[in-house]
Amino acid sequence: MVDAETTSMTLLQAINSGLDTAMAADSRVICLGEDIGSFGGVFRATSHLQQKYGRERCFNTPLTEQGIVGFAIGLAAQGNTAVAEIQFADYIFPAFDQIVNEAAKFRYRSGDQFNCGGLTIRAPYGGGIDGGLYHSQSPEAYFCHTPGLRVVIPRNAYQAKGLLLAAIRDPDPVIFFEPKAIYRASVGDVPTGDYQLPLSVAEVTQVGTDITLLGWGAQMIQLDMAAELAKEIGISCEVIDLRTLLPWDRETVAASVTKTGRLLVSHEAPLTGGFAGEIAATIQELCFLSLEAPIVRVTGLDTPFPLMLEKQYLPDHLKIFETIKASLEF
Amino acid sequence: MAKSSTTIAPVFIDGTALKIPTFSLLKANGHLTRGASHGLLDEALAQKIYGDMIYIRTLDERMVRAQRQGRLSFYLTCTGEEASVAGTVAAFKPNDMIMSQYREQVALRFRGFTTEQFMNQLFTNGKDLGKGRQMPVHYGSRDLNFMTISSPLATQIPQAAGYAYGQKLAGEDACTLCYFGEGAASEGDFHAGMNMAAVLKCPVVFVVRNNGYAISTPASEQFISDGIAPRGIGYGIKTIRVDGNDILAVYTAAVAARKIAVDEQQPVLIETMSYRLGAHSTSDDPSGYRDADEEQKWRSKDPISRMKSWLIKQKWWDETRDEAIHKLFHSEILEELKRAEKEPKPELANLITDVYKTSPVILTEQLSTLKQHVAKYPDSYRMHGENPQW
Repeated sequence: MVDAETTSMTLLQAINSGLDTAMAADSRVICLGEDIGSFGGVFRATSHLQQKYGRERCFNTPLTEQGIVGFAIGLAAQGNTAVAEIQFADYIFPAFDQIVNEAAKFRYRSGDQFNCGGLTIRAPYGGGIDGGLYHSQSPEAYFCHTPGLRVVIPRNAYQAKGLLLAAIRDPDPVIFFEPKAIYRASVGDVPTGDYQLPLSVAEVTQVGTDITLLGWGAQMIQLDMAAELAKEIGISCEVIDLRTLLPWDRETVAASVTKTGRLLVSHEAPLTGGFAGEIAATIQELCFLSLEAPIVRVTGLDTPFPLMLEKQYLPDHLKIFETIKASLEF
Repeated sequence: MAKSSTTIAPVFIDGTALKIPTFSLLKANGHLTRGASHGLLDEALAQKIYGDMIYIRTLDERMVRAQRQGRLSFYLTCTGEEASVAGTVAAFKPNDMIMSQYREQVALRFRGFTTEQFMNQLFTNGKDLGKGRQMPVHYGSRDLNFMTISSPLATQIPQAAGYAYGQKLAGEDACTLCYFGEGAASEGDFHAGMNMAAVLKCPVVFVVRNNGYAISTPASEQFISDGIAPRGIGYGIKTIRVDGNDILAVYTAAVAARKIAVDEQQPVLIETMSYRLGAHSTSDDPSGYRDADEEQKWRSKDPISRMKSWLIKQKWWDETRDEAIHKLFHSEILEELKRAEKEPKPELANLITDVYKTSPVILTEQLSTLKQHVAKYPDSYRMHGENPQW
């Protein structure tokens, strides 16, 4: 924790405060994206930034995700810190080539003559807002398959500001997914000043002995609720927020699973090819002799994201609770 | 948006009203068009440009042969388009960033990339500035402000807009020079980049080399519009079409374009009309998709012989010098080729460096596992032998 003045903020206000802090500290920090100018973004994450720092440093772009990311890569390569907003993670795919083939490989392919490490791409992700197919997706696994990127997802307001500032100042390109379902619901004390939280370091948010529950972003709320239910029937859960998915903190997870003997990984994204699979494969390698039960995944279904049946689709605390019990009974 | 008049009749605009002329000063025989002047190009610069074009033609011919001999995996030539590139780069300053496609090696030569540096990259040896990570011709040089080339087409276009925007914010007396071909102009990134450059008033000069072909696909199957120039105008970008084989016109247009970009802080599009005289790459054989007559027609408009005729008429050049320079380049290239192919290949550790600024633990672990494995089967992973087995 940081010993500093704090104020109660929503996750969204914490993002706004993080951007404000970064722009105030460094005049080469530039924000760009659709509707982020005087309007302040469709979620208001960039409120007042244009008014405060001018149109040159916080500006609307034409409606072109590949253009936004390509442009931001150029800005970063020129020595700026570019913070690009993609309005919804669902719309990041036109920029997939710029992210995967360009940003991620910029330093490597030039033999470190050039880099675009000043690039951060922010995008709201995940379900919970009745957004259906195209305002709900969790595309993190696509990017976790790309060396050269960092993928970061905060779980609450305090984490959001500290991780965002670290992401913006990290010397490698970062994709920063924001859990929009809890943009306003997540409220907490956040330092008004400058602070950073470490990247590629997971955090044990609840110590326990019987099973490790691992997730990230908004899913941490479901894990906490499931852990409460489990506690009522005498099961002690250790809860871990992975925070950075790429490169991820294997040591913290492996240490926990070595102790508990069980691992449950949960994400909203579909099961097949989801990042939980990667975690399961790694942890069974590292903790094979400590495991008391198969590593289990509680995820979305292998379908597009639904609309009316969103509640049924999502890997909520009840599904997690049932899976915890099954793991303990294995 | 400009104010639009109204009409009570339905009028469809088919584009024929927009006539885009081709700027040209030098005829195919090397004579100046009546009334034209060579303007800004002085003797020393003209000789440098001509020498660089000869150098690249010589390099291209030699490296295609080296590829045929099995000494090189792959090569791409600039043949036929030397003036489009040399004439543009010559109008820019050394601190202007160049973001190119992969057929613009004469721009590197103009900036001072050495034969040794060309060869180290082409033979992916341990001295390659790119650390042996990319196929031949994917050059890059921080010192020369030449952004490392990547294979995906048109990705540099929105990046160039962003880079130029950064130059503008920094208040630099500099701009960005961005090259691509007419085929790349069909990619989404072209449209994204042009529009962003226009809207955000970026000091970038886009040079589209309209060379008639994207591998085997002729321009007639690439677009129906009158070349690429109308697209620049459509995006509100000042645009000019130039005879790309006419060094005087290309240079004159490029000088004016840079001035617009830097003084007026806005993008410019130059479309250079030329012809890819060679194959797309050493993996391509054009005889399957175009006839020799067409190639012959364009060979007679060759930008190098055209410039040579003009230089000789100017009394800025003669056959003796011409012969001497050819010989000099040829022997220098051959010597460096022989040296570069014998240089040791990059170290194994280059596999994991520069993925991130600092290698994560998982990568150092993977490298150490790999090293142990390679040590167990050294013959199977030899890199320095005559027949490296990757």
